[in-house]
Amino acid sequence: MTLNTEWAVRWVRESAKVVSEHRVELITLDRDIGDGDHGENLDRGFSAVLPKLDDLPAEATPGDVLKLVATTLISTVGGAAGPLYGTAYLKAAGAVAGQEHLDGAAVVAMLTAARDGIVLRGKAAVGDKTMVDAWSPAVEAASSALTDGLDEAAILDAAATAAEAGARATEPLVAHKGRASYLGERAIGHRDPGAQSSALLLRVAADAAAGV
Amino acid sequence: MKKLINDPRRVVEEAVAGFEAAHGDLVTVSHDPIYIARKDAPRQGKVALVSGGGSGHEPLHGGFVGFGMLDAAVPGPVFTSPTPDPILAATKAVDGGAGVLHIVKNYTGDVLNFETAADLAAADGIDVQTVIVDDDVAVKDSLYTAGRRGVAGTVLVEKIAGAAAERGDDLAAVAAIATRVNSVTRSMGVALTPSVVPHAGEPSFVLADDEIEIGIGIHGEPGRERITIEPADAIVDRILAPIVDDLPFASGDRVLLFVNGLGGTPQVELYIVFRRAAEALAERGITVSRTLVGNYVTSLEMQGMSITVMRLDDELEQLWDAPVETAALRWGR
Repeated sequence: MTLNTEWAVRWVRESAKVVSEHRVELITLDRDIGDGDHGENLDRGFSAVLPKLDDLPAEATPGDVLKLVATTLISTVGGAAGPLYGTAYLKAAGAVAGQEHLDGAAVVAMLTAARDGIVLRGKAAVGDKTMVDAWSPAVEAASSALTDGLDEAAILDAAATAAEAGARATEPLVAHKGRASYLGERAIGHRDPGAQSSALLLRVAADAAAGV
Repeated sequence: MKKLINDPRRVVEEAVAGFEAAHGDLVTVSHDPIYIARKDAPRQGKVALVSGGGSGHEPLHGGFVGFGMLDAAVPGPVFTSPTPDPILAATKAVDGGAGVLHIVKNYTGDVLNFETAADLAAADGIDVQTVIVDDDVAVKDSLYTAGRRGVAGTVLVEKIAGAAAERGDDLAAVAAIATRVNSVTRSMGVALTPSVVPHAGEPSFVLADDEIEIGIGIHGEPGRERITIEPADAIVDRILAPIVDDLPFASGDRVLLFVNGLGGTPQVELYIVFRRAAEALAERGITVSRTLVGNYVTSLEMQGMSITVMRLDDELEQLWDAPVETAALRWGR
Protein backbone atom coordinates (compact mmCIF):
# COMPACT_ATOMS: atom_id res chain seq x y z
CA MET A 1 0.00 0.00 0.00
CA THR A 2 1.00 3.63 -0.33
CA LEU A 3 2.85 4.84 2.73
CA ASN A 4 0.30 7.43 3.77
CA THR A 5 -1.35 8.29 7.08
CA GLU A 6 -3.53 5.19 6.87
CA TRP A 7 -0.33 3.11 6.70
CA ALA A 8 1.19 4.96 9.66
CA VAL A 9 -1.94 4.44 11.78
CA ARG A 10 -2.02 0.80 10.81
CA TRP A 11 1.66 0.46 11.74
CA VAL A 12 0.93 1.91 15.18
CA ARG A 13 -2.16 -0.24 15.78
CA GLU A 14 -0.30 -3.38 14.74
CA SER A 15 2.68 -2.31 16.88
CA ALA A 16 0.43 -2.17 19.93
CA LYS A 17 -0.88 -5.60 19.07
CA VAL A 18 2.52 -7.18 18.50
CA VAL A 19 3.99 -5.63 21.65
CA SER A 20 1.06 -6.97 23.64
CA GLU A 21 1.47 -10.42 22.08
CA HIS A 22 5.22 -10.42 22.78
CA ARG A 23 4.96 -8.81 26.21
CA VAL A 24 5.96 -11.95 28.08
CA GLU A 25 8.76 -12.78 25.63
CA LEU A 26 10.24 -9.29 26.07
CA ILE A 27 9.86 -9.48 29.85
CA THR A 28 11.66 -12.82 29.83
CA LEU A 29 14.50 -11.57 27.63
CA ASP A 30 14.86 -8.52 29.86
CA ARG A 31 14.77 -10.58 33.03
CA ASP A 32 17.68 -12.64 31.72
CA ILE A 33 20.01 -9.66 31.36
CA GLY A 34 18.18 -6.63 32.71
CA ASP A 35 15.36 -5.96 35.11
CA GLY A 36 12.41 -7.63 33.42
CA ASP A 37 10.29 -4.58 32.69
CA HIS A 38 10.75 -4.02 28.95
CA GLY A 39 7.62 -5.86 27.75
CA GLU A 40 5.49 -4.32 30.46
CA ASN A 41 6.70 -0.79 29.76
CA LEU A 42 6.33 -0.93 25.98
CA ASP A 43 2.89 -2.53 26.32
CA ARG A 44 1.81 0.29 28.61
CA GLY A 45 3.17 2.88 26.16
CA PHE A 46 1.62 1.55 22.97
CA SER A 47 -1.69 0.85 24.78
CA ALA A 48 -1.74 4.54 25.69
CA VAL A 49 -1.22 5.56 22.05
CA LEU A 50 -4.27 3.69 20.72
CA PRO A 51 -7.10 5.88 22.07
CA LYS A 52 -5.22 8.99 20.92
CA LEU A 53 -5.21 7.82 17.30
CA ASP A 54 -8.95 8.52 17.14
CA ASP A 55 -8.33 12.16 17.97
CA LEU A 56 -5.96 12.75 15.06
CA PRO A 57 -7.23 15.49 12.75
CA ALA A 58 -8.31 14.42 9.25
CA GLU A 59 -5.36 16.24 7.67
CA ALA A 60 -2.77 14.46 9.86
CA THR A 61 0.34 13.28 8.02
CA PRO A 62 2.41 10.14 8.75
CA GLY A 63 4.81 12.47 10.58
CA ASP A 64 1.99 13.64 12.86
CA VAL A 65 1.21 10.02 13.72
CA LEU A 66 4.85 9.34 14.56
CA LYS A 67 5.00 12.48 16.68
CA LEU A 68 1.94 11.35 18.62
CA VAL A 69 3.67 8.02 19.28
CA ALA A 70 6.82 9.86 20.39
CA THR A 71 5.18 12.14 22.93
CA THR A 72 3.02 9.33 24.31
CA LEU A 73 5.93 6.92 24.72
CA ILE A 74 8.06 9.61 26.39
CA SER A 75 5.31 10.29 28.91
CA THR A 76 4.19 6.72 29.59
CA VAL A 77 6.99 4.18 29.11
CA GLY A 78 9.70 5.15 31.59
CA GLY A 79 12.84 3.09 31.99
CA ALA A 80 15.47 3.58 29.32
CA ALA A 81 13.10 2.52 26.55
CA GLY A 82 10.80 5.54 27.00
CA PRO A 83 13.33 8.25 26.17
CA LEU A 84 15.06 6.05 23.58
CA TYR A 85 11.97 5.05 21.59
CA GLY A 86 10.43 8.48 22.20
CA THR A 87 13.48 10.16 20.68
CA ALA A 88 13.52 7.68 17.80
CA TYR A 89 9.88 8.38 16.84
CA LEU A 90 10.34 12.12 17.37
CA LYS A 91 13.34 12.28 15.03
CA ALA A 92 11.58 10.01 12.53
CA ALA A 93 8.56 12.34 12.60
CA GLY A 94 10.83 15.32 11.98
CA ALA A 95 12.48 13.62 9.00
CA VAL A 96 9.17 13.18 7.17
CA ALA A 97 7.33 16.26 8.50
CA GLY A 98 4.65 17.58 6.17
CA GLN A 99 4.85 14.70 3.68
CA GLU A 100 1.55 13.03 2.89
CA HIS A 101 3.09 10.04 1.11
CA LEU A 102 6.48 8.59 1.94
CA ASP A 103 8.60 7.51 -1.00
CA GLY A 104 11.64 5.26 -0.72
CA ALA A 105 13.99 8.13 0.06
CA ALA A 106 11.65 9.34 2.80
CA VAL A 107 11.55 5.88 4.34
CA VAL A 108 15.33 5.75 4.46
CA ALA A 109 15.46 9.29 5.90
CA MET A 110 12.89 8.31 8.53
CA LEU A 111 14.78 5.17 9.61
CA THR A 112 18.11 7.00 9.60
CA ALA A 113 16.73 9.79 11.79
CA ALA A 114 15.27 7.25 14.22
CA ARG A 115 18.58 5.40 14.48
CA ASP A 116 20.50 8.66 14.94
CA GLY A 117 18.10 9.72 17.69
CA ILE A 118 18.68 6.49 19.60
CA VAL A 119 22.44 6.86 19.25
CA LEU A 120 22.26 10.49 20.39
CA ARG A 121 20.18 9.73 23.49
CA GLY A 122 21.74 6.43 24.49
CA LYS A 123 25.31 7.09 23.38
CA ALA A 124 25.60 3.49 22.24
CA ALA A 125 27.51 2.16 19.24
CA VAL A 126 27.08 -0.93 17.10
CA GLY A 127 28.21 -3.98 19.07
CA ASP A 128 27.21 -2.60 22.48
CA LYS A 129 24.28 -5.08 22.60
CA THR A 130 21.52 -2.48 22.43
CA MET A 131 18.69 -1.33 20.15
CA VAL A 132 21.36 0.17 17.90
CA ASP A 133 22.36 -3.35 16.85
CA ALA A 134 18.94 -3.75 15.23
CA TRP A 135 18.56 -0.21 13.91
CA SER A 136 21.94 0.27 12.28
CA PRO A 137 21.79 -2.80 10.02
CA ALA A 138 18.16 -1.86 9.27
CA VAL A 139 19.24 1.57 8.06
CA GLU A 140 22.06 0.11 5.97
CA ALA A 141 19.78 -2.48 4.39
CA ALA A 142 17.15 0.16 3.66
CA SER A 143 19.74 2.40 2.00
CA SER A 144 20.98 -0.46 -0.18
CA ALA A 145 17.43 -1.38 -1.13
CA LEU A 146 16.76 2.22 -2.14
CA THR A 147 19.93 2.26 -4.24
CA ASP A 148 18.81 -1.00 -5.86
CA GLY A 149 15.60 0.73 -6.90
CA LEU A 150 13.21 -1.28 -4.69
CA ASP A 151 9.86 0.19 -3.68
CA GLU A 152 8.88 1.46 -0.24
CA ALA A 153 7.40 -1.83 0.97
CA ALA A 154 10.50 -3.73 -0.15
CA ILE A 155 12.75 -1.18 1.54
CA LEU A 156 10.87 -1.65 4.83
CA ASP A 157 11.02 -5.41 4.37
CA ALA A 158 14.80 -5.25 3.89
CA ALA A 159 15.09 -3.08 7.00
CA ALA A 160 12.99 -5.47 9.08
CA THR A 161 14.92 -8.51 7.90
CA ALA A 162 18.22 -6.83 8.76
CA ALA A 163 16.89 -5.75 12.16
CA GLU A 164 15.83 -9.32 12.92
CA ALA A 165 19.30 -10.58 12.01
CA GLY A 166 20.81 -7.74 14.07
CA ALA A 167 18.73 -8.69 17.10
CA ARG A 168 19.81 -12.33 16.79
CA ALA A 169 23.41 -11.18 16.43
CA THR A 170 23.28 -9.55 19.88
CA GLU A 171 23.17 -13.00 21.48
CA PRO A 172 26.95 -13.68 21.59
CA LEU A 173 27.79 -10.10 22.63
CA VAL A 174 28.91 -8.65 25.97
CA ALA A 175 26.78 -5.58 26.77
CA HIS A 176 28.47 -2.18 27.10
CA LYS A 177 25.41 -0.07 27.90
CA GLY A 178 22.38 -0.32 30.15
CA ARG A 179 21.77 -2.75 32.95
CA ALA A 180 23.01 -5.72 30.96
CA SER A 181 26.49 -4.19 31.06
CA TYR A 182 26.68 -5.09 34.75
CA LEU A 183 26.65 -8.75 33.81
CA GLY A 184 29.91 -8.79 31.91
CA GLU A 185 30.37 -12.14 30.22
CA ARG A 186 27.19 -13.48 31.77
CA ALA A 187 25.24 -11.49 29.13
CA ILE A 188 26.65 -13.77 26.45
CA GLY A 189 24.03 -16.10 25.00
CA HIS A 190 21.11 -13.76 25.65
CA ARG A 191 19.36 -11.62 23.05
CA ASP A 192 19.03 -7.92 23.81
CA PRO A 193 15.34 -7.16 24.53
CA GLY A 194 15.55 -3.64 23.03
CA ALA A 195 17.02 -5.00 19.78
CA GLN A 196 14.29 -7.63 19.74
CA SER A 197 11.45 -5.13 20.24
CA SER A 198 13.01 -2.90 17.56
CA ALA A 199 12.98 -5.79 15.10
CA LEU A 200 9.35 -6.56 15.96
CA LEU A 201 8.28 -2.95 15.36
CA LEU A 202 10.14 -2.74 12.04
CA ARG A 203 8.61 -6.02 10.88
CA VAL A 204 5.16 -4.61 11.62
CA ALA A 205 6.00 -1.48 9.60
CA ALA A 206 6.92 -3.69 6.64
CA ASP A 207 3.82 -5.89 7.05
CA ALA A 208 1.58 -2.82 7.17
CA ALA A 209 3.19 -1.58 3.94
CA ALA A 210 2.82 -4.98 2.26
CA GLY A 211 -0.82 -5.11 3.26
CA VAL A 212 -0.28 -8.28 5.31
CA MET B 1 3.74 -15.34 44.46
CA LYS B 2 2.10 -14.21 47.71
CA LYS B 3 1.85 -10.46 48.14
CA LEU B 4 -0.39 -8.03 49.99
CA ILE B 5 -1.65 -6.38 46.84
CA ASN B 6 -5.01 -5.89 45.15
CA ASP B 7 -4.02 -5.39 41.53
CA PRO B 8 -0.45 -5.68 40.23
CA ARG B 9 -1.06 -2.66 37.99
CA ARG B 10 -2.17 -0.42 40.86
CA VAL B 11 0.61 -1.15 43.33
CA VAL B 12 2.26 2.26 43.13
CA GLU B 13 -0.98 4.29 43.15
CA GLU B 14 -2.36 2.47 46.17
CA ALA B 15 0.93 2.60 48.08
CA VAL B 16 1.29 6.33 47.44
CA ALA B 17 -2.30 6.88 48.60
CA GLY B 18 -1.47 5.00 51.79
CA PHE B 19 1.70 7.02 52.26
CA GLU B 20 -0.35 10.21 51.95
CA ALA B 21 -2.89 8.96 54.49
CA ALA B 22 -0.14 8.01 56.94
CA HIS B 23 2.12 11.03 56.54
CA GLY B 24 -0.18 13.89 55.61
CA ASP B 25 1.51 15.97 58.30
CA LEU B 26 4.77 15.87 56.33
CA VAL B 27 3.84 15.64 52.66
CA THR B 28 1.32 16.44 50.01
CA VAL B 29 0.79 14.00 47.18
CA SER B 30 0.01 14.69 43.56
CA HIS B 31 -1.78 11.70 42.03
CA ASP B 32 -1.66 12.67 38.37
CA PRO B 33 1.17 12.85 37.65
CA ILE B 34 2.42 11.01 40.73
CA TYR B 35 4.89 12.75 43.01
CA ILE B 36 5.28 13.33 46.74
CA ALA B 37 6.17 16.85 47.86
CA ARG B 38 7.06 18.40 51.15
CA LYS B 39 3.99 19.86 52.85
CA ASP B 40 5.44 23.38 52.97
CA ALA B 41 6.89 23.39 49.44
CA PRO B 42 7.82 25.54 47.67
CA ARG B 43 10.10 27.17 50.20
CA GLN B 44 11.06 30.57 48.80
CA GLY B 45 14.81 31.09 48.53
CA LYS B 46 15.76 27.51 49.45
CA VAL B 47 17.37 25.18 46.94
CA ALA B 48 14.90 22.35 46.32
CA LEU B 49 15.97 18.70 46.14
CA VAL B 50 14.14 16.28 43.88
CA SER B 51 14.89 12.60 43.58
CA GLY B 52 13.04 9.60 42.28
CA GLY B 53 13.27 6.31 40.51
CA GLY B 54 11.44 3.05 40.25
CA SER B 55 9.24 2.00 43.15
CA GLY B 56 10.03 -1.08 45.21
CA HIS B 57 12.93 0.50 47.14
CA GLU B 58 10.83 2.05 49.91
CA PRO B 59 11.34 4.01 52.04
CA LEU B 60 13.55 5.44 49.23
CA HIS B 61 12.61 8.07 48.01
CA GLY B 62 9.21 9.15 49.37
CA GLY B 63 10.19 8.32 52.95
CA PHE B 64 12.90 10.96 52.75
CA VAL B 65 10.67 13.89 51.79
CA GLY B 66 10.46 16.51 54.51
CA PHE B 67 12.42 19.06 56.50
CA GLY B 68 16.17 18.74 56.02
CA MET B 69 16.06 16.24 53.17
CA LEU B 70 14.08 16.02 49.90
CA ASP B 71 11.50 18.54 48.69
CA ALA B 72 9.97 16.01 46.32
CA ALA B 73 10.20 12.37 45.35
CA VAL B 74 8.96 10.92 42.07
CA PRO B 75 8.10 7.22 42.27
CA GLY B 76 8.01 5.36 38.95
CA PRO B 77 6.43 1.97 38.36
CA VAL B 78 8.07 -0.88 40.28
CA PHE B 79 11.76 -1.02 39.31
CA THR B 80 11.15 1.37 36.40
CA SER B 81 12.20 4.98 36.19
CA PRO B 82 9.46 7.59 36.22
CA THR B 83 8.88 9.39 32.91
CA PRO B 84 9.96 13.01 32.43
CA ASP B 85 6.43 14.43 32.97
CA PRO B 86 6.09 13.77 36.72
CA ILE B 87 9.75 14.69 37.27
CA LEU B 88 9.12 18.02 35.53
CA ALA B 89 5.88 18.58 37.45
CA ALA B 90 7.60 17.89 40.79
CA THR B 91 10.51 20.13 39.85
CA LYS B 92 8.16 23.02 39.07
CA ALA B 93 6.06 22.42 42.17
CA VAL B 94 8.94 22.68 44.64
CA ASP B 95 11.13 25.31 42.97
CA GLY B 96 11.37 28.22 45.37
CA GLY B 97 13.35 30.38 42.99
CA ALA B 98 16.77 29.19 44.18
CA GLY B 99 17.00 26.31 41.74
CA VAL B 100 16.49 22.58 41.95
CA LEU B 101 18.96 19.77 42.47
CA HIS B 102 18.10 16.43 40.88
CA ILE B 103 19.63 13.49 42.75
CA VAL B 104 19.71 10.54 40.37
CA LYS B 105 20.86 6.97 40.90
CA ASN B 106 23.11 5.86 38.08
CA TYR B 107 20.80 3.62 36.11
CA THR B 108 20.36 4.22 32.39
CA GLY B 109 16.58 4.71 32.61
CA ASP B 110 16.74 7.12 35.55
CA VAL B 111 19.53 9.13 33.97
CA LEU B 112 17.77 9.45 30.58
CA ASN B 113 14.38 10.41 32.06
CA PHE B 114 15.81 12.93 34.55
CA GLU B 115 18.01 14.36 31.78
CA THR B 116 14.94 14.90 29.59
CA ALA B 117 13.01 16.46 32.49
CA ALA B 118 15.94 18.76 33.33
CA ASP B 119 16.05 19.95 29.70
CA LEU B 120 12.32 20.72 29.83
CA ALA B 121 12.63 22.50 33.20
CA ALA B 122 15.51 24.59 31.88
CA ALA B 123 13.31 25.57 28.94
CA ASP B 124 10.79 26.81 31.53
CA GLY B 125 13.47 28.95 33.16
CA ILE B 126 14.20 26.74 36.18
CA ASP B 127 17.81 26.35 37.18
CA VAL B 128 18.42 22.61 37.49
CA GLN B 129 21.62 20.83 38.40
CA THR B 130 22.01 17.08 38.55
CA VAL B 131 24.12 14.87 40.76
CA ILE B 132 24.48 11.24 39.76
CA VAL B 133 25.01 8.79 42.63
CA ASP B 134 27.22 5.80 41.79
CA ASP B 135 28.44 4.27 45.04
CA ASP B 136 28.25 0.55 44.15
CA VAL B 137 31.76 -0.92 43.99
CA ALA B 138 30.45 -4.27 42.72
CA VAL B 139 30.36 -2.88 39.19
CA LYS B 140 33.46 -2.26 37.18
CA ASP B 141 33.46 1.41 36.27
CA SER B 142 34.79 1.64 32.77
CA LEU B 143 33.97 2.74 29.27
CA TYR B 144 32.51 -0.70 28.79
CA THR B 145 29.66 -0.55 31.28
CA ALA B 146 26.94 1.97 32.08
CA GLY B 147 29.11 2.76 35.10
CA ARG B 148 28.64 2.05 38.75
CA ARG B 149 25.12 1.84 40.08
CA GLY B 150 23.61 4.17 42.62
CA VAL B 151 22.50 2.19 45.65
CA ALA B 152 22.19 2.76 49.42
CA GLY B 153 24.65 5.68 49.43
CA THR B 154 21.81 7.69 47.88
CA VAL B 155 20.27 8.10 51.35
CA LEU B 156 23.46 9.72 52.64
CA VAL B 157 23.61 12.07 49.64
CA GLU B 158 19.96 13.07 50.13
CA LYS B 159 20.37 13.64 53.88
CA ILE B 160 23.54 15.69 53.70
CA ALA B 161 22.62 17.72 50.61
CA GLY B 162 19.21 18.33 52.20
CA ALA B 163 20.87 19.72 55.32
CA ALA B 164 23.09 21.96 53.20
CA ALA B 165 20.04 23.33 51.37
CA GLU B 166 18.26 23.84 54.69
CA ARG B 167 21.14 25.93 56.08
CA GLY B 168 20.90 28.20 53.03
CA ASP B 169 23.60 27.02 50.64
CA ASP B 170 23.04 28.05 47.02
CA LEU B 171 22.47 25.56 44.20
CA ALA B 172 26.13 25.27 43.21
CA ALA B 173 27.13 24.69 46.84
CA VAL B 174 24.43 22.08 47.47
CA ALA B 175 25.40 20.28 44.26
CA ALA B 176 29.06 20.39 45.34
CA ILE B 177 28.25 18.87 48.74
CA ALA B 178 26.15 16.14 47.12
CA THR B 179 29.00 15.37 44.72
CA ARG B 180 31.45 15.30 47.60
CA VAL B 181 29.32 12.85 49.59
CA ASN B 182 29.10 10.58 46.56
CA SER B 183 32.86 10.76 46.10
CA VAL B 184 33.61 9.54 49.65
CA THR B 185 30.88 6.88 49.79
CA ARG B 186 31.19 3.24 48.74
CA SER B 187 28.68 0.40 48.95
CA MET B 188 28.22 -3.24 48.12
CA GLY B 189 25.35 -5.66 48.64
CA VAL B 190 24.58 -9.33 48.86
CA ALA B 191 21.33 -11.18 48.08
CA LEU B 192 20.15 -14.38 49.74
CA THR B 193 16.87 -14.57 47.80
CA PRO B 194 15.47 -12.79 44.74
CA SER B 195 12.62 -10.30 44.69
CA VAL B 196 9.39 -10.71 42.74
CA VAL B 197 8.17 -7.75 40.69
CA PRO B 198 4.35 -7.73 41.14
CA HIS B 199 3.45 -7.43 37.45
CA ALA B 200 6.04 -10.04 36.44
CA GLY B 201 4.85 -12.51 39.08
CA GLU B 202 8.07 -14.52 39.04
CA PRO B 203 11.44 -14.09 40.74
CA SER B 204 13.79 -11.85 38.76
CA PHE B 205 16.54 -14.47 39.08
CA VAL B 206 17.00 -17.86 40.63
CA LEU B 207 19.32 -18.76 43.49
CA ALA B 208 19.67 -22.29 44.81
CA ASP B 209 18.79 -22.80 48.48
CA ASP B 210 22.43 -22.56 49.52
CA GLU B 211 23.52 -19.87 47.03
CA ILE B 212 24.00 -16.12 47.51
CA GLU B 213 24.78 -13.37 44.99
CA ILE B 214 27.69 -11.13 45.95
CA GLY B 215 27.44 -7.59 44.61
CA ILE B 216 23.70 -7.66 43.92
CA GLY B 217 22.02 -4.56 42.50
CA ILE B 218 18.85 -3.13 44.02
CA HIS B 219 16.73 -4.44 41.14
CA GLY B 220 18.26 -7.89 41.40
CA GLU B 221 20.88 -7.25 38.73
CA PRO B 222 23.70 -9.70 39.21
CA GLY B 223 26.90 -8.69 40.88
CA ARG B 224 30.38 -10.13 40.95
CA GLU B 225 29.84 -13.77 41.72
CA ARG B 226 27.55 -16.40 43.06
CA ILE B 227 28.85 -18.44 45.99
CA THR B 228 27.66 -20.97 48.54
CA ILE B 229 26.34 -19.27 51.66
CA GLU B 230 28.83 -18.68 54.48
CA PRO B 231 28.55 -17.47 58.08
CA ALA B 232 27.57 -13.79 58.36
CA ASP B 233 31.06 -12.67 59.44
CA ALA B 234 32.66 -14.23 56.36
CA ILE B 235 30.12 -12.57 54.06
CA VAL B 236 30.74 -9.21 55.72
CA ASP B 237 34.49 -9.59 55.30
CA ARG B 238 33.97 -10.55 51.67
CA ILE B 239 32.06 -7.38 50.77
CA LEU B 240 33.72 -4.95 53.16
CA ALA B 241 37.19 -5.53 51.71
CA PRO B 242 36.37 -4.24 48.21
CA ILE B 243 34.53 -1.27 49.74
CA VAL B 244 37.52 -0.30 51.88
CA ASP B 245 40.06 -0.96 49.13
CA ASP B 246 38.17 1.03 46.54
CA LEU B 247 38.18 4.55 48.00
CA PRO B 248 40.50 3.55 49.71
CA PHE B 249 39.56 4.07 53.34
CA ALA B 250 42.67 4.22 55.51
CA SER B 251 43.74 3.93 59.12
CA GLY B 252 42.80 7.14 60.92
CA ASP B 253 39.68 7.75 58.83
CA ARG B 254 36.46 8.58 60.58
CA VAL B 255 33.42 7.08 58.88
CA LEU B 256 29.68 6.61 58.86
CA LEU B 257 28.83 2.89 58.73
CA PHE B 258 25.45 2.10 57.20
CA VAL B 259 24.07 -1.44 57.17
CA ASN B 260 21.03 -1.50 54.92
CA GLY B 261 18.45 -4.26 54.70
CA LEU B 262 17.13 -5.15 51.25
CA GLY B 263 13.59 -5.72 52.51
CA GLY B 264 13.32 -9.35 53.58
CA THR B 265 16.11 -9.61 56.13
CA PRO B 266 15.21 -9.17 59.80
CA GLN B 267 16.78 -6.44 61.89
CA VAL B 268 18.39 -9.05 64.13
CA GLU B 269 20.54 -10.22 61.21
CA LEU B 270 21.40 -6.65 60.22
CA TYR B 271 22.86 -6.11 63.68
CA ILE B 272 24.92 -9.30 63.38
CA VAL B 273 26.28 -7.83 60.15
CA PHE B 274 26.85 -4.43 61.75
CA ARG B 275 28.76 -6.03 64.64
CA ARG B 276 31.29 -7.64 62.31
CA ALA B 277 31.52 -4.66 59.95
CA ALA B 278 32.31 -2.29 62.83
CA GLU B 279 34.85 -4.76 64.20
CA ALA B 280 36.51 -5.19 60.80
CA LEU B 281 36.79 -1.43 60.32
CA ALA B 282 38.29 -1.07 63.81
CA GLU B 283 40.86 -3.74 62.92
CA ARG B 284 41.92 -1.45 60.05
CA GLY B 285 42.21 1.57 62.36
CA ILE B 286 39.05 3.16 60.95
CA THR B 287 36.78 4.86 63.47
CA VAL B 288 33.03 4.48 63.12
CA SER B 289 31.67 7.80 64.38
CA ARG B 290 28.15 7.76 62.88
CA THR B 291 25.86 4.80 62.19
CA LEU B 292 22.67 3.83 60.42
CA VAL B 293 21.08 0.37 60.53
CA GLY B 294 17.78 -0.59 58.94
CA ASN B 295 15.76 -1.07 55.77
CA TYR B 296 16.24 2.18 53.85
CA VAL B 297 16.97 1.20 50.24
CA THR B 298 15.16 -2.05 49.63
CA SER B 299 14.51 -4.38 46.75
CA LEU B 300 10.93 -5.47 47.49
CA GLU B 301 11.06 -8.69 49.57
CA MET B 302 14.65 -9.58 48.75
CA GLN B 303 16.60 -11.11 51.62
CA GLY B 304 20.02 -9.60 51.87
CA MET B 305 21.82 -6.46 52.85
CA SER B 306 24.29 -3.86 51.71
CA ILE B 307 27.09 -2.17 53.55
CA THR B 308 27.88 1.49 52.90
CA VAL B 309 30.87 3.36 54.28
CA MET B 310 31.21 7.15 54.00
CA ARG B 311 34.36 9.04 54.98
CA LEU B 312 33.42 11.90 57.27
CA ASP B 313 34.92 15.27 57.98
CA ASP B 314 33.67 17.94 60.39
CA GLU B 315 31.32 19.51 57.87
CA LEU B 316 29.78 16.23 56.68
CA GLU B 317 29.36 15.14 60.29
CA GLN B 318 27.57 18.38 61.18
CA LEU B 319 25.29 18.10 58.17
CA TRP B 320 24.53 14.47 59.03
CA ASP B 321 23.64 15.49 62.59
CA ALA B 322 21.47 18.43 61.46
CA PRO B 323 17.73 18.10 62.15
CA VAL B 324 15.67 16.02 59.77
CA GLU B 325 11.96 15.26 59.77
CA THR B 326 10.78 12.72 57.21
CA ALA B 327 8.71 9.55 57.37
CA ALA B 328 11.80 7.32 57.48
CA LEU B 329 14.49 9.47 59.11
CA ARG B 330 13.85 11.96 61.86
CA TRP B 331 15.92 13.46 64.62
CA GLY B 332 16.88 16.73 66.24
CA ARG B 333 13.61 18.52 65.70
